[in-house]
Amino acid sequence: MNFMSFFARRGESASVAKNRLQILLAHERMGDGSDAKLISELREDILEVVRKRMNIDPDAVRLEMDRSGDITTLGIDIELPQTKN
Amino acid sequence: MSKATVVVVTSGKGGVGKTTSTAAIASALAKEGYKVCAVDFDVGLRNLDLIMGAERRVVFDLVNVVRGEASIKQALVRDKKLNNLYLLPASQTRDKDALTDEGVASVINELRMYFDWIVCDSPAGIERGATLAMRYADEAIIVSNPEVSSVRDCDRIIGLLDAKTVVAEEGGRMPKHLLITRFDLERAKTGDMLSVDDVVEILSVPLIGVVPESRDVLKASNVGMPVTVSDEASPASKAYVEAVRRLLGEEIPVTIPSEKKGLFGKLFKGRAA
Repeated sequence: MNFMSFFARRGESASVAKNRLQILLAHERMGDGSDAKLISELREDILEVVRKRMNIDPDAVRLEMDRSGDITTLGIDIELPQTKN
Repeated sequence: MSKATVVVVTSGKGGVGKTTSTAAIASALAKEGYKVCAVDFDVGLRNLDLIMGAERRVVFDLVNVVRGEASIKQALVRDKKLNNLYLLPASQTRDKDALTDEGVASVINELRMYFDWIVCDSPAGIERGATLAMRYADEAIIVSNPEVSSVRDCDRIIGLLDAKTVVAEEGGRMPKHLLITRFDLERAKTGDMLSVDDVVEILSVPLIGVVPESRDVLKASNVGMPVTVSDEASPASKAYVEAVRRLLGEEIPVTIPSEKKGLFGKLFKGRAA
């Protein structure tokens, strides 16, 4: 790595850092950084609906969140019990 | 009995590199094939998520788990690159009493069932967060910069490790490892910095590694990847990997950074120059 490419790469990492901070801080300033309560309730609501149809293990439920620039996505993966055929 | 080891990364003083070191060490352990969980104890000022690049994916945190609002499995965030590395994030709450002794005990006990290594990132200071981070540890990594106030604060922390931990209360002695970070080669040359030997002598704690001050560490933080993942060739990364090998019980000499371009530095023999 030569002298110039070092600076080019450093510039790149600084802009990544700025971008990450802007996204993170925008979310933290909005809601004190914590939407755990809402998500927890949402999760229970969704699980209740699913439980009407089948038994699910609470540990077989995974929540995934992704906060990007403009939108936040929440994914709830529910591992379905083995069904007998 | 589980074979898990809980190690606390602590220092007393802020800004010496605890979070960076926690991320680098946890990742290096995961790369060795162990199942690893990094736990952020810095409630109110979490940053381990940012350093590990997981900040966008945090849903629940340590305080939610302690309060019973989420299970540990729900709160764990899996690393994007290493699928045997997890993060248990701290919460951003301003509530100083959010963590309880019993709550932390039960979290650590449960983590012991799932992981080989649990690496606890302590907050700065000697308050509740710092004492709870070390309380259930089996071993401690004490992070110091070669600088007077940092060394003094480490000495306070060593006192706490020998008094306020479960290991100490049960009459044992907490195994401790000294990790010197932000070792500045230029200042080492001119003699304007405490030498590695000076710090080891003052603290009387065996040395586990010396991490040179490095731009690679800053770059790694910028992009949200521990330096041991983002830049394996970096001297800082090599120093962390070496420290982890010693943590795992290998008897290898500690590399003291000596020349700017030297990849391996000078081996530690008696007194460092």
